[in-house]
Amino acid sequence: MKHLKPINKKAQTIEASIAPIEDVVALQQSTPLPHVPMGCSLSFSPGWEVDAGGGTAGLCQPVERDIYDCYVTCFWPVQVPDHVNYSPDWASNCAAATKDWRNLDLVFP
Amino acid sequence: MTSMLEHRYRRGELHRFQAADTDFFYLVSAGAIFALDEGTRSVLDLIGDGEIAHGDLVDALVQAGNAPADAEDLVRELRLVRAIHSEQVLAAPLPSSPPADYPLQALVLNITNQCNLACTYCYEFGADKIATPQGKPKYMTIETAKASIDFLLASSGNREAVHITFFGGETLMNFKLLREVVGYANAAAAAAGRKITYSLTTNATLLTDEIIDFLSEQAIGVTVSMDGPAELQDKRRVYKNGKGSYAVIEPRLRALIARHKTRAITARVTLTEGVTDVLRIYRHLKDDLGFHEVGFAPVTTSGERDYSLNGDSMTGVLADFHALADEWQEYALRGQMHGFTNVSETIGELIQGTNKSHPCGAGLGLLGVSPSGDLSPCHRFTDADTHTLGHISTGLDQGKREDFLSRGHVQAKYECQSCWARPLCAGGCHHEAFVRYGDTGHANLHYCDWIREWTDRCLQIYGTLAARNPGFLERFAARKGLQ
Repeated sequence: MKHLKPINKKAQTIEASIAPIEDVVALQQSTPLPHVPMGCSLSFSPGWEVDAGGGTAGLCQPVERDIYDCYVTCFWPVQVPDHVNYSPDWASNCAAATKDWRNLDLVFP
Repeated sequence: MTSMLEHRYRRGELHRFQAADTDFFYLVSAGAIFALDEGTRSVLDLIGDGEIAHGDLVDALVQAGNAPADAEDLVRELRLVRAIHSEQVLAAPLPSSPPADYPLQALVLNITNQCNLACTYCYEFGADKIATPQGKPKYMTIETAKASIDFLLASSGNREAVHITFFGGETLMNFKLLREVVGYANAAAAAAGRKITYSLTTNATLLTDEIIDFLSEQAIGVTVSMDGPAELQDKRRVYKNGKGSYAVIEPRLRALIARHKTRAITARVTLTEGVTDVLRIYRHLKDDLGFHEVGFAPVTTSGERDYSLNGDSMTGVLADFHALADEWQEYALRGQMHGFTNVSETIGELIQGTNKSHPCGAGLGLLGVSPSGDLSPCHRFTDADTHTLGHISTGLDQGKREDFLSRGHVQAKYECQSCWARPLCAGGCHHEAFVRYGDTGHANLHYCDWIREWTDRCLQIYGTLAARNPGFLERFAARKGLQ
């Protein structure tokens, strides 16, 4: 700890207990953070998930929204429209996926 | 598209204080004390009593001249020690209850319930007594005393050292038994490969040179119950015919303090209406008589006795406590011990960072034994049928003990949950709560403000020493370790 000074035994115990966490944080900050793709389960969109019933009907955001995230940002090759070669305009009618997801159509290659 | 959760921070449960031009906080969930630097202080000031979003907080810190990485550091450090928290609330670890087989550390043997004095405020004989000694033995037998030693050694797990406190009534009215049981206990402890230490509490009226030499030889710590110079002592610490006891004890005390070389001799003063001149009492006991330490406590009453302290008297007492606290701090800054127990005890607990589940060891590491062999949470419940926790011959009644301990747990005391002083106080004396409120598990609400003010004062002394003479705190901790 740099800023707080422990001055009794309990405070020293706390300092010792958080030292390992501090080390991890310091290590993480010494190198650039990796790129985390949006839309996958690392962040807060539903990602490759199913709802409580095992389907996709009850997700908090429509499943098409995931496809949209994958379309733009995901590095993982999956069966979604290809915004570089074949379907550059697929999402042009969808300004905000949570509102306009109905404008996303199927693509038949 | 993806919305990130932004933390909003609130202040954790802290008591902030200043000493020696430094800012500190006492972390209530742990009993830890930290000194703040300018950065951490400004984080706490920015949060105040409200809430602030992470980004706003970091921006404000950057505006104030911190580098962005340092601002994040400050916030993270305070979050890690739980001085601030967000809506992702991590429950602070609660003081846990000790296990059912918690090993005993000490027994208080009430070797007699008889007394040669008739102090009017006595909790054992006075108006608010809870003891029901009728028809019970007046003096402990040597068999019961030996059985108590065996019980203590057998119930203390693998503790290296155990402790016996001899108590009464007037303890020295059964000195014959005391001497015999010390011999027995020394042998029993040695056979078990354990250490055993002793102390006793007495009114000093029956001390003789022979007794004093025995106490010194056996390193038996002595606490004398007394109230001050003659006119204060003789107000309520009287014989049954009303005669005061000061003239009898004074030469005996001087002999005790001169001859007993192995342990500190302490005085324990009960403050009652009209006996509140703490400074004068302290000067007399410490400087004139030569006690090593002097501690004070207000009398325990149901609240309506003529000897009870009222609010005004308590305020006066606190003013005197502050004056002695000033002295204590001056001594400590010079590296000297001061004899005012009420500061010393609190400082000892602050060094450790005590976070109590229960106000004291009663029913945990400590039990009382009545002359008849009944077990009780402590000496104050001796001979009280309502609080018997078993018998020395049959052992501890675990069900009753559990009931006593679950009532007395700080978590069970609603009013304590919002009080920052609870790590040290934990609601206060079980016995006082029972006398005052009829329930050992009731918080002692009549002295909350008093305890908070006193704890704050001791924190300031602690902070001053941590800043200006930390070596004293280290030595003080070692002294405590030796006791």
